[in-house]
Amino acid sequence: MLRWLPEDVSPYGAGIDSLFYLIYYITAAAFILVTALMIIFLYQYRHNDNRRAIYTHGNTSLELVWTIIPALVFIGLGLASKSLWEEIKLTIPETDEVIQITGKQFNWEILYPGPDREFETGDDYQVDNDIHVPVGKPIRVLLQSKDVIHSLFLPNLRFKQDTMPGRTIEAWFQANKPGKYEMPCAELCGFGHSGMKGWLYADTPEDYAAWFKKRWPDAALNGAPASEAQEEVAAAAPAAESSQDAADQAAPPATANLQPTEEAPPEAAGETVTEAAQETTEAAGETVEAATDHTQEDGNEAATSVEDAVEEAAE
Amino acid sequence: MSDAGAVATHATHAEHHELGFIRTYIFSTDHKMIGRQFLFSAILMLIFGGLMAMMMRWELAWPETPVPFTSWISEPFMYAEPEHGLYGAYMDPAFYNSLFTMHATIMIFFVVMPFLIGGFGNFLIPLMIGAGDMAFPLLNLLSFWTAVPAIGLILYSFFVEGGAAAGGWTMYATLSADPTLSGVDAGVNLWIISLLVLGVSSLMGAVNYITTIINMRAPGMTWFRMPLVVWSLFITAILLLLALPVLTAALGMLLFDRTMGTSFFLPAGGGEPILWQHLFWFFGHPEVYVLVLPAMGVTSDILATFSRKPIFGYKAMAFSMISLAFLSWIVWGHHMFVSGMNPVLGTAFMLTTMVIAVPSAIKTFNWLGTLWGGNIRFASPMLFALGFVSNFVIGGLSGIYMASTPVDIFMHDTYFIVAHFHYVVAGIIFGMFAALYYWFPKLFGRMMNEKLAKTHFFLTYIFFNCAFFPMHFLGVAGHMRRIYNPLQYEFLHDMQWWNVFITMSALCLAASQIIFFVNFVWSLFAGKKAENNPWDANTLEWTVPSPPGHGNFDTTPTVYRGPYEYSSPLVKEDWLPQDRQLGPAAASASH
Repeated sequence: MLRWLPEDVSPYGAGIDSLFYLIYYITAAAFILVTALMIIFLYQYRHNDNRRAIYTHGNTSLELVWTIIPALVFIGLGLASKSLWEEIKLTIPETDEVIQITGKQFNWEILYPGPDREFETGDDYQVDNDIHVPVGKPIRVLLQSKDVIHSLFLPNLRFKQDTMPGRTIEAWFQANKPGKYEMPCAELCGFGHSGMKGWLYADTPEDYAAWFKKRWPDAALNGAPASEAQEEVAAAAPAAESSQDAADQAAPPATANLQPTEEAPPEAAGETVTEAAQETTEAAGETVEAATDHTQEDGNEAATSVEDAVEEAAE
Repeated sequence: MSDAGAVATHATHAEHHELGFIRTYIFSTDHKMIGRQFLFSAILMLIFGGLMAMMMRWELAWPETPVPFTSWISEPFMYAEPEHGLYGAYMDPAFYNSLFTMHATIMIFFVVMPFLIGGFGNFLIPLMIGAGDMAFPLLNLLSFWTAVPAIGLILYSFFVEGGAAAGGWTMYATLSADPTLSGVDAGVNLWIISLLVLGVSSLMGAVNYITTIINMRAPGMTWFRMPLVVWSLFITAILLLLALPVLTAALGMLLFDRTMGTSFFLPAGGGEPILWQHLFWFFGHPEVYVLVLPAMGVTSDILATFSRKPIFGYKAMAFSMISLAFLSWIVWGHHMFVSGMNPVLGTAFMLTTMVIAVPSAIKTFNWLGTLWGGNIRFASPMLFALGFVSNFVIGGLSGIYMASTPVDIFMHDTYFIVAHFHYVVAGIIFGMFAALYYWFPKLFGRMMNEKLAKTHFFLTYIFFNCAFFPMHFLGVAGHMRRIYNPLQYEFLHDMQWWNVFITMSALCLAASQIIFFVNFVWSLFAGKKAENNPWDANTLEWTVPSPPGHGNFDTTPTVYRGPYEYSSPLVKEDWLPQDRQLGPAAASASH
C-alpha cells in the first residue's frame, strides 16, 4: 500500500510520510490482532451441543486495559501530529518568493509579482494553470477564489489547501527536486471540477533564470528596476488578461475537455505577452465553435452569470 | 370513521379492532406497521441509491464510454448515440455530480436512517420494553407520512430543469448558495426542502422514541435491563433531537441565500462560506453516530444471542455509546482541517477526534469478549453481525489516518476518505441485514431461507471488501474523490486498473443483492411459518406471537433480569427470558 504514495519532493513530506507509516504499522497491528482473535474465537468456540458457553458478564480489569492502551496510543499519535502540523501550518519560512493563486471555475489563475516582488504594480504577470518556481526555495502562496471553494492539491509536495471566496489564505510549499508536478483541484467546484488542474514547474536555477529572463527581459532576477521596454510588456499584460477573460466569457467550458486550460500551452510563456494573447483569442474562437456544437445552453448562462457575479463581488 | 366496518368492532378479542385495509396498511397508527412501512421505503430507496452507484462506478472504470442501459435517460444528462441503440449513452460530467450527490443523500437520509431508526426503531422499541405501542401513535403515523413527501421531492428533483442537486451531499457554499455557480437551480431547492421536511419527520420520531423509552417501560425494565439496541435507539433519538435543528437552521439560511437574496454564506454580501461548513458538520458528525449507533446496538444483541453468552461488559457498552454521543458534538472540525479554518483549531479537533476513537475501541474489544468462550451458532444474522464488526474495525482504524492533521493534508478529499466512510456507513448495511434476517420472523411471521441468506452473506462480504478496500490504495496514490474521469490526471494513470477492479467488484456486489430480494419476497409469501422464539432469545419481543397482534402483549410483562442471561447456571436451557419468574411457583406453572 505504501509504495503507491506519490514521490515526495517537499521539505516536510518526509515527516508526513513517516507519520503515515507509523499509523499504518499501528493500525495494521491492531487489525491483525483483532482479526486473528476473532477467527480463533469463531473456530474455537463454534457450536457444540455438548458444551455450554462460559457464563460471564465481563471483567473490569480487562476493560481498563483495553481502554487505557488505546487511549495512550491515541494521545501519543496526537502529540506527534501536533508538532508536525504546527511546523507545516503555523509557520511560514522567511522567503522573498511569493505568488498569488486564484481559483476560478475551472482554472488556476496564477499571478506573479514580477521583479519588484510587489503585487498590483505594472510588472505583474498573470497566466492560467502554470506555475514556475525555483527549486529548493520556499514559496509563499496567497490563495484566493473568485467564485466557489477550490482546493489546491500538489500530491508530490504533500500540499493541500482550500481556497475560500472572500478570504486570502496564506500558505507555503517548496519543491526540492526539479520537475513538473500535477496540480489538481481537490474540492468539488462545479460541473467542470473533474479535469481542473494545472502544472507546477520546479525549475533548476538556470531554467528559472531563463524563464524569468523571457518574461521580464530587462530585469535582473533579484529585482532590478524595470526599463522602458519592460514597461511596454507590462502594459500589454493587462490586455492579455482581458482577452483571456473575454475568452472565458465567450466560451465557457462545455465539458471538462473543452477548458481554456488548453489555450495557454506552456510554450506560450516563452513568447511575448502579445503573441500569447493572440493565441489565446484564436484558441477561444475554436472553443466557441466546439461549444456551440454540444454545449447545453444552461452551461453558457451559468458561466456568464458567474462572471457577472464575480464582477459584482469585485465592486 | 363512521362506516360499518368501524362499528362492527369488538368481535372476539377486546384489543383486536377490525380497522379495514386503509387503517391497517396505509394510515396505521400501529408502531409495527409504521416500522414495516419505513422498512419498505428504505429498501425501495436502497435500489435507487445502489443503481446510481453502479453508473458512477462504470464511469470511473471506463471513463467517457457509453454506460450500459442508460440510453433511456434524456439529454442533457446522458447523450445517447443512435448506433449504440439501447446499449448505452455518454454521461455528462454535471450529471455525474448529481449522481454522487444523490447517492449519498439517498443512502444516508432515505436508506440507513429509515431502515434502522424509522423501521427497526419503531418496530422494536415498544416490543422490547414491554409496551403496547408508542407514546404518541398518531405522531408516529404523521412521522411516516411526512417522510413520504420528502421521498417524493428528492426523487422529483431529477426531473426538473437543470437536474438534481450536484454540490455533493455536504452542499458546500458558495457553490450551493448561488444557483449561477453550479448551474443547478430548482434541484438544489428541492433537495433543501426535502431534507427540511424529512427533518420534521425525524424529529417527530425522536420525541416519540424518547418519551416512550422514558415512560413506558414494563415493570422491572430498569435502564440497565434494557437491550443495548434500545439503548442505542434512545441515544440516537437524543442526538437527532439536538442535531436536526442545527441542520434545519443551516438549510433555511441556504434556501434564503438562494431564493431571497440574503448573504449568509456569500462573501459578496458580507457572508462567510465557511460558516456553512461549521453548521453542516456540527450536525453532520453527530449524524454519523445517528447512523452507526443503531447498527452497533443490533450487533450487540445478535452477538450475545448467537454466542449464547451474556454481552461482555454491558455497562461499558452502554456508557461507551453515551460517551460517543457526547464526544460527537466536539469533533466536527476534523472535516475541515484544510478548509482555511485557523490551524490552531485543527490541533484541538484532532485531539478530541483521537479521544472519540477510544469508546469505539472499547466496543470492539467487548464484542470480541462476547465471542470468547461462547457456543457460537453461525446463523445468517450472526454472520452479518460479524461482518459488521469486521468492517467497523477497518473503518475505525482507517479513521485514525485522517484524524492526524498532517496526514490529513494529503488524505483529505481523496479516495482514502471514500474508503473510510464506506467501511463505516456502507458497513452499516451489514447491521441492517443482520437486523432484517434476525427479526424477519417477528416482522412477518415467516422464516427466511437460511441457505440463500448464507450465500447472500458470503458474496456480499467478499465483494464488499473487494469493492471498498482497494479505494484505500487509490487514496494513498492521491486519487481525488468526486472526479468523473481519473484519466484526466497523469499521476493517476498507473492506478486505473484498480478502478476497473473496484467497478467489477461493485457490479458483483450489486448482483449478489438479487439473492436477497428473491429470498425476501419469496419468504414474505411462502416462507416457513415462524415460531414465537425461533432463535431461543431472551428479550421480550420473542415472548409474543410472530407477528405480534395489535397491542403486542395480552398482559403487561414483568421483567426480572437483564436481556443477555444466556447459559445461566440457574436453568437447564441456555437461555433465560427476561420475563420468566424463577422459583417453585413459576417452575410448575410453565409447561
